[in-house]
Amino acid sequence: MAMYEKTAEHFQEKFKELPEGHLLVNLGPSHPATHGILQNVIQIDGERVVEAESVIGYVHRCFEKLGERYDYNQFLVCTDRMNYVSTPLNNIGWILTVEKMMQIQVPERVTYVRMIISELSRIMDHIICNGIMGVDLGAFSGLLHLFHHRENIYQILEKLTGARLTTTFCRVGGMERDIYPEFVKEIKLVTEGLKPALKEFHELLIRNKIFNERTAGIGGISAEEAIAYGFSGPNLRAAGVAWDVRKDDPYMLYDKVNFDVPVGEDGSALHRTLVRMEEMQQSIRIIEQLIDGIPEGPYHADVPHTFLPPKDRVYHNMEELIYHFKIIMHGVKVPPGEYYHATEAANGELGFFVVSEGDKSPWRVHVRRPCFWYYQAFPKMVKGGLLADTIATMSSLNVIAGELDC
Amino acid sequence: MNEAILSFLQAEFSQFLIPNREIQTNLFFITLKKEGILPVCKALKEHPNFSFSFLNDLTSVDWLGKRSPRFEVLYLLKSPKSGHNRIQIRVPIEEGEEVPSIVSVYPGANWPEREVFDLMGITFSSHPRMERLIMPDNFVGHPLRKDYPLEGPGQDYLIQDLLSIHVNEDIEKD
Repeated sequence: MAMYEKTAEHFQEKFKELPEGHLLVNLGPSHPATHGILQNVIQIDGERVVEAESVIGYVHRCFEKLGERYDYNQFLVCTDRMNYVSTPLNNIGWILTVEKMMQIQVPERVTYVRMIISELSRIMDHIICNGIMGVDLGAFSGLLHLFHHRENIYQILEKLTGARLTTTFCRVGGMERDIYPEFVKEIKLVTEGLKPALKEFHELLIRNKIFNERTAGIGGISAEEAIAYGFSGPNLRAAGVAWDVRKDDPYMLYDKVNFDVPVGEDGSALHRTLVRMEEMQQSIRIIEQLIDGIPEGPYHADVPHTFLPPKDRVYHNMEELIYHFKIIMHGVKVPPGEYYHATEAANGELGFFVVSEGDKSPWRVHVRRPCFWYYQAFPKMVKGGLLADTIATMSSLNVIAGELDC
Repeated sequence: MNEAILSFLQAEFSQFLIPNREIQTNLFFITLKKEGILPVCKALKEHPNFSFSFLNDLTSVDWLGKRSPRFEVLYLLKSPKSGHNRIQIRVPIEEGEEVPSIVSVYPGANWPEREVFDLMGITFSSHPRMERLIMPDNFVGHPLRKDYPLEGPGQDYLIQDLLSIHVNEDIEKD
């Protein structure tokens, strides 16, 4: 750990005089229960956590600097690498920001498909969070039961976008290609299959006595503290605050569909899990309202300067060829200005702040990623608990290293 | 709502307000002197009608070669009142100036301020622990500054010159 000399010094200073019987434990950087590469230095007295400290920065890629180099369509590829368990949500957040800046109105069909994919991704993310949490606490079968359904969603994404993990789903002004013919039928199959599976998962894991006793009242945070620390998403709602960007600051068609915002009580690991379980049900509800009404029409807004024209037109039409080269060489033109756009990602409020000077690339991109804000409260949340409880707390927070370090 | 906030700030904190410059933005914003950030944040948080209790975002912009002063620290506050209204506070500062830390008002500002220090090189005074957060401790420079070379230290050119430099190299080769 020569790279982190000052941090090491800080620890030596902070944990200088370890009292008799106290012990320093390094949880991570690479540990099966830390979801990605992050480190927690924990001072324990027997089983009790006395002090804790989080260290991040192991997978930092300086996305914001890359954003200043790449053009608006190229940066879309970077957003895939942020929260890698629910990539389409990041894509959609970024593309909506750029479209708002350029004042592009996308066709209804695009919005419908984007919303359906968003909600599927939210389900995907919550399956991983709740399932892996069970694995971290020693219960594997819950994840196995649900993973099959996550795989089904992946197959839909693969057919739709050509990739499973790094989907690069949207384009400025629409989608890269239209949905495939069996899209509606397959999504209906997935949601129908999910309903009994979620019920089964609930009975298998959440109502399990061991799971209950290891999570109830563990790693709790009060509503005031959660707000003060900048919590958002399921972690904030588990503390009893009904804030949801989809309701408070609606984007796409979230003000047109009916869904409830599930709210927990004490912000403990159990309530975070329960909020995520209920959110999956609500996502299914949203998908069911949309899936039958996908309107016919183009899958792209009529803005020729922002998307690559189809190849058959490029090969036979001079005008389209010029557009093609213009977009590749000069990028998408975004008028000068600043914009902050927030979307509700699976983990909470994902905000993109973009400063444009009218060039090919943004002057400054900033990503407000939900993980970053609530992970700083982690040492406070685990203090006074048992060492084994830190695992439950961390798993239920759903910290994704790619999003945290950015 | 925004007019009410503006008139409240003009009545109470007129000594800190700087006239806004013309920006195309979707956020309601005010510009403050750096001395004013702590009292204004405190007042906006504690005011019963506004109650900006949620620090939504904290970031900074480097305007090298575009504007003076060089840096701007941007605070985005959100209030659950009045339909989750957002307000942006802009604090322009020159290189080497310190900004008061707002950790005492919003505990959540701890890591974002360290991140701004780490990547942009803006120091926050009276912060509990002003050290690098993301980059290694022995890292030289602040990578989000516009004059930080894209290909790492030792390269004396900027990002915007990168294309022309390589083109010139190719021409010289021929």
